[in-house]
Amino acid sequence: MCGIAGLIHRGRSGDIGTQMTAMLQSLKHRGPDSTGYALYGQGIGGDRFVMRFKVAEQEDMKHGFKIRELVKERRSEVDARLAEMEARVVDQAVATTYAFKYTFDYTGELKKLVDYMEDIEGVELMSIGRGLELVKDLGDAKMVSDQYKLKGFQGTHALGHTRMATESDVDIRSAHPYWAYPFSDVAVVHNGQLTNYWNNRRDLERKGQRFISNCDSELIAVYLADRMTRGDDLEGAMTRSIDELDGVFTYLVTTADSLGMAKDTMAAKPMVLYESDDFIALASEEVAIRSVFPHEIDTSDPYEGEVRVWRS
Amino acid sequence: MAQLVEAVRDGMHAEQLLGRTQQRFFEPGQKGRRFTYPWAHEVDFNKRAEFDAGGMETRAINVEIRRLMSEGNGTIVVHNPGAKHSLGVGILNRLQLYFEGSLGYFGCGLNDGPNIRIKGRVGWSCAENMLSGTVVIEKNAGSCFGAAIRGGDLVCKGDVGARTGIDQKGGTIIVGGRTGAFSGFMMQRGRMVVLGDAGANLGDSMYDGTIYVGGKIASLGVDAVEAEMTDIDVAWLANKLKTYEIAVPGNLKSMTKIVAGKQLWNYDNLEPAEKKLVL
Repeated sequence: MCGIAGLIHRGRSGDIGTQMTAMLQSLKHRGPDSTGYALYGQGIGGDRFVMRFKVAEQEDMKHGFKIRELVKERRSEVDARLAEMEARVVDQAVATTYAFKYTFDYTGELKKLVDYMEDIEGVELMSIGRGLELVKDLGDAKMVSDQYKLKGFQGTHALGHTRMATESDVDIRSAHPYWAYPFSDVAVVHNGQLTNYWNNRRDLERKGQRFISNCDSELIAVYLADRMTRGDDLEGAMTRSIDELDGVFTYLVTTADSLGMAKDTMAAKPMVLYESDDFIALASEEVAIRSVFPHEIDTSDPYEGEVRVWRS
Repeated sequence: MAQLVEAVRDGMHAEQLLGRTQQRFFEPGQKGRRFTYPWAHEVDFNKRAEFDAGGMETRAINVEIRRLMSEGNGTIVVHNPGAKHSLGVGILNRLQLYFEGSLGYFGCGLNDGPNIRIKGRVGWSCAENMLSGTVVIEKNAGSCFGAAIRGGDLVCKGDVGARTGIDQKGGTIIVGGRTGAFSGFMMQRGRMVVLGDAGANLGDSMYDGTIYVGGKIASLGVDAVEAEMTDIDVAWLANKLKTYEIAVPGNLKSMTKIVAGKQLWNYDNLEPAEKKLVL
């Protein structure tokens, strides 16, 4: 069934790492298989990007004698290819034994860089952005937060997802959120099922988009990013998605400065909204919002076919 | 007629139902008969208890309500319910129960008898399958509000989500604000009152029952048709809204009344056994 959550601070930043962890931990019963975050830190300007990537699955680290050697080799190859593409790495951080965070300056074409990185066997880019950092792994929110040291992560807005695997494997590749490759700073979490997934996917592939998974949530991310590159604003792209995406769904999307929510015309998937002047929170269940606001608050359910967008 | 007016005043169902499958569960004139379960606790409404549910698990909260009932408390106040799921469920007893905050999903379901007041909001499927009693919510409610209720009064003073009263089999649902799409879907009996707007496909495939809408209706569902508002409708609405201290709209007679058109291919008056003979 999966649980999704989103939050946005308006006109200020906050400890979004701790807040999103609390929300996702309270949704653990909706999906214990994996947990993912899309966190938007203090935006870095110019040609500087943050890249989150992994060179192996968590499960891989438990099997095989050579996996640690492979991890080293793959990371070295990433370093070599970044240098070859004239990306100047200014900071490197080891998140886990198989996941890393690089900050680099780059002026070339982003898609070219992403494709060259992912050409390395076993390497998968979680996200690239000026503010977006996408973290996902197996286990509940507390485990993932502790593992990736997300407590104290300062930022403006965030998405989160607790996954109950139904149609694809229990691995990091199939975990949510999805980054809208190769568009920087766009991420999506989704609860539901798209019934015209393959028609839309083939259409987007014909336009040159590529998919790293068979998950319908990834389609929403790529679809929205594709529409935005064709001139739609976020709200316009989301409104169009209500007509063009078939099935039952409620999804949340984030861009560099916005958080959006869309619900299909059947309103078959839940979403609870809390809205104040300086903070907006959405979640599959109110208990997630109450983990951030323990006192009584006014909440409501967005209606069928509704699209909302909030800016930080 | 006098009997009918009395029934309306008492909030009983008095539709002129057709067909032998549509049994009349409550007859006007049954007034005064009270059914209780043999295992129901004898409670005194003047004996009051309260407890703080903050930090308690759902099961512990429900067990505590039962324990307090078994001690004869007829009025129980639960503080800090914290939007937890499945609170106040399966109560087959007379009881005044107050939640001083919001409930999560499936709150107050499967009840028969208690009068419940919720100071906050409720999540999806509030009061599902309620048999009798009342549930009054001061703020908003989620989708599937009053799904399959068979009796009692369910009142939300704010807005509610989609599929309100889906499969409603009796009782009354009152919404002070707006309701979402597919409200009254497959409704079979009872009454629904929506003082605000109603979403698309209102009353889709309803078999029977009545829906009153004060605002705009996005669209009617299959076989849902408009009917004439009568003086009995107005009298019943005025009485119900007054009972729950809901401001009565200016002109109740201008509300839209929706009933089943009874033109669906499978709508007839035959019992299943009779249908077999015919087919």
